[in-house]
Amino acid sequence: MFVLVVLLVIPALSADWLAPHDPIRGSIPDRLKPPVFFGGTWEFALGTDRLGRDILSRIMHGAKVSLSISIAGILAGGVLGTALGLIAGYFRGLADAIIMRLVDITMALPSILLALVLAVTVGPSFQTIIVVVTFVLWALYARQVRGEVLSIRERDFVARARVAGASDLRIIVRHILPNAANTIIVLATLQVGSVILLEAGLSFLGVGIPRPTPAWGLMVADGRQLIVSAWWIAFFPGLAITLTVFALNLLGDWMRDRLDPRLKEV
Amino acid sequence: MKRYLVIRSLQSLLALLAISVIAFAMSHLTGSPVDAMLPDDAGPEEAARLTKLWGLDLPLYEQYFVFLGNALQGNFGDSIKWQGQTAFGLVLERLPATIQLGGFAIIVSTIIALPVGVLAAVYKDTPFDSAGKLVALLGQAMPNFWLGIVLIWIFAVHLHWLPTSGRGGFSHMILPAIAMGWFQVAAFMRLTRSAMLEVLDSEYIKLARIKGVPERRVIWVHALKNAAIAPLTYFGVIAGSIFTGSVVIETVFAWPGTGLLAIDAIRGRDFPVIQAVVVTFAGVFIVANLIVDTLYAYLDPRIRYQ
Amino acid sequence: MRSPSERPALEVRDLETRIDTKLGLIKAVDGVSFSVEHGETLGIVGESGSGKSIAALSILRLVPKPSAYIARGQVLLDGEDLLEKSENEMRKVRGKRISMILQDPQTSLNPVFSIGFQVVEAIGMHADAPRKTLVQRAVEALRRVRVADPERRVDDFPHQMSGGMKQRVVGAIALGSFPSVLIADEPTTALDVTIQAQYLRLLKDIQQETGLSIIFITHDFGVVARMCDKVAVMYAGRVVEYGPVRAIFNSPAHPYTKALLNSVPAVEEDVDRLYSIKGQPPAFWDMPKGCRFEPRCDVAMERCKTEYPAKLAKAATASGGHYADCWALEEPEWIPSRS
Repeated sequence: MFVLVVLLVIPALSADWLAPHDPIRGSIPDRLKPPVFFGGTWEFALGTDRLGRDILSRIMHGAKVSLSISIAGILAGGVLGTALGLIAGYFRGLADAIIMRLVDITMALPSILLALVLAVTVGPSFQTIIVVVTFVLWALYARQVRGEVLSIRERDFVARARVAGASDLRIIVRHILPNAANTIIVLATLQVGSVILLEAGLSFLGVGIPRPTPAWGLMVADGRQLIVSAWWIAFFPGLAITLTVFALNLLGDWMRDRLDPRLKEV
Repeated sequence: MKRYLVIRSLQSLLALLAISVIAFAMSHLTGSPVDAMLPDDAGPEEAARLTKLWGLDLPLYEQYFVFLGNALQGNFGDSIKWQGQTAFGLVLERLPATIQLGGFAIIVSTIIALPVGVLAAVYKDTPFDSAGKLVALLGQAMPNFWLGIVLIWIFAVHLHWLPTSGRGGFSHMILPAIAMGWFQVAAFMRLTRSAMLEVLDSEYIKLARIKGVPERRVIWVHALKNAAIAPLTYFGVIAGSIFTGSVVIETVFAWPGTGLLAIDAIRGRDFPVIQAVVVTFAGVFIVANLIVDTLYAYLDPRIRYQ
Repeated sequence: MRSPSERPALEVRDLETRIDTKLGLIKAVDGVSFSVEHGETLGIVGESGSGKSIAALSILRLVPKPSAYIARGQVLLDGEDLLEKSENEMRKVRGKRISMILQDPQTSLNPVFSIGFQVVEAIGMHADAPRKTLVQRAVEALRRVRVADPERRVDDFPHQMSGGMKQRVVGAIALGSFPSVLIADEPTTALDVTIQAQYLRLLKDIQQETGLSIIFITHDFGVVARMCDKVAVMYAGRVVEYGPVRAIFNSPAHPYTKALLNSVPAVEEDVDRLYSIKGQPPAFWDMPKGCRFEPRCDVAMERCKTEYPAKLAKAATASGGHYADCWALEEPEWIPSRS
């Protein structure tokens, strides 16, 4: 499992140096070369696409795109959701009521469809995808963190801090947040995989990452029409998604079992 | 019970309202719809006429109420891309295809996931359980559009067993249903398994065995009815995701349903149709969740008798 | 050979139940024997983890699968060895001839089925009768355990009842098919004191009406004094003392029994004098070679460390023998008298 995660992170970090070819500019004479064990050469180990771009290089750069988007999206959604969850759980009352209604509504919306609409109205870009991911994720965090805070705030050390005259902000940041940290971290790890899937799906539909950026979903879309003559164009990027998400899900499960076994499968 | 359902229905209404606001805002975020609809050679007086006709000179909130009033009557205006058809008419025309495929996928994935999840719990830590876990993890990792393409490549292109795309007989449904359902099978199976494990460990299961209830009945009646509650709540999510999943799957398999309609409309910037699709999908999603919650209350007497 | 009428209702001989745990194979029940006559109540007393609940589940062959299994011994119900029966035959024993009441009424009833369904099912498992008859019998069973207004209560769900009422329903389920042996595994531990007393009274009444044999599992000697005719004291998987209740209360032979008896606060005594046994029971995967109580025993001898004590007779009276696993019985001067 760790091996898989490392195998994902290294190309993502080092794509700029390690990738054998330029991911965006191809050479037309090299177009539609098959992978190495299917009549191709080591020059293009996983073959080339219609524009003569090296699939392997594009997958490596695509790892960078996928990882940075999901991390940014989870950070944004996580921070927003955690902040609102802390407020709802700590202050209760009206703030809680409003935030939780918003959570209910967000959860009742078909999020992928909204993502589509947003992507198409604002236009596909990195920022749009991150906004979409934030929108899809925040409610989940808000709900979990709130539940956690509700139990933490009844504990002794919170009462002691309050008696000692600590401000609400200080209590939240110094006493409650650290105790809710495990839940937040586990939730984030569990989400990376599904965010990558979401991004890939949007890119596949042409409403995610704009061309010619090497995104896995886009590459699958590009290869779709050529599946009969050049199967490798669509196959390998999809395989990369599958293995990545597989490894990340395993990591997430493992983190949950270790850090927060009470958290149910979501 | 009544109170619970009333509250749930109100929440659903609220969510629908939120959707309508979003759908309404959508057409205004991208500039005036008039520009999008006018032919390029139209003059300013033509634009003014349309603005007046569609009430675009009214204050925004009034425009919203007009939109809401029309939407409630199923009137989202005429399609821009498909000349001569109303947006809602198009959605209704395509809906049966989506429901057919989605319904088939749901039924098949439930038929597979429920027993496998139950048996994985009963035969915990055996090779059967491990195999189930692997299939589930793979299912949750594979992007459905890629799975669809690979399925076409293997079963349609290479083996010629099944058609590549389009809507026709039963054989046309098999590949898209697998591509759509695999993720659901995985999620449903894991949920069922973990719920069953918890229930099988409980005292009332012990008591059922003490009573002399045969093991098969202990598992499929006593345990399952309790364990089914957790996966059932997830069922609403599944029903919803089948619809949103249809956008991707119908694109891959050229299945002429609402999902394909949505993506075509989005590409053609056909806002009336997009609005109609979004509101319809949201409506179906919300109603599905409402039905699930009602069923949930029916299954769990602790809620039913509140 | 004794004639059938003299045969005990249930006799357990040399029972050994093993559990495969992460820390190794343990003998949760390690060569246990006891018996209960018709209409008699046997108390099995011990701390949690002494193996008393596993022993009870072993009788019904319901030890948690697949980690636990019965390795050897005999469980004789009216002379038939239950350990030799098939699973199908066993099902006709459970609930019909031997039944059981579990500790926690809050979790023993299935929350998604009505009371009526659960009692009817228990009776229907062992009777071939139309549903209407079964419902009638279920109502009667509920009435026998003094559930008020049982015709109406059958439609209730468990969460609509109090803990004491639920435990009565569990009783109705257990006794619905008129079993000859009832195993009650700490049935009153989770109940309020007043409800406890009522429930014990109820079990006694039913026993008098039907001639039921009861195996009463508890850690409370106060309950034993009220309910039981005979006692088996279990420690670390073994019965360390066995005999008539009067003999054990008046002259306990095993130091462990004495310690347990001392830890029961008599009503008139000051609670401050509550005596607790020093130390912890031994871990199952790290059993002492000799007497298992030796590390905690005040009167241990050198011999206790190396050799497990034989079953020694304290007294053989008309009402049955009184035995204990303690070397001190061979050297009576070692036994400090309790009174």
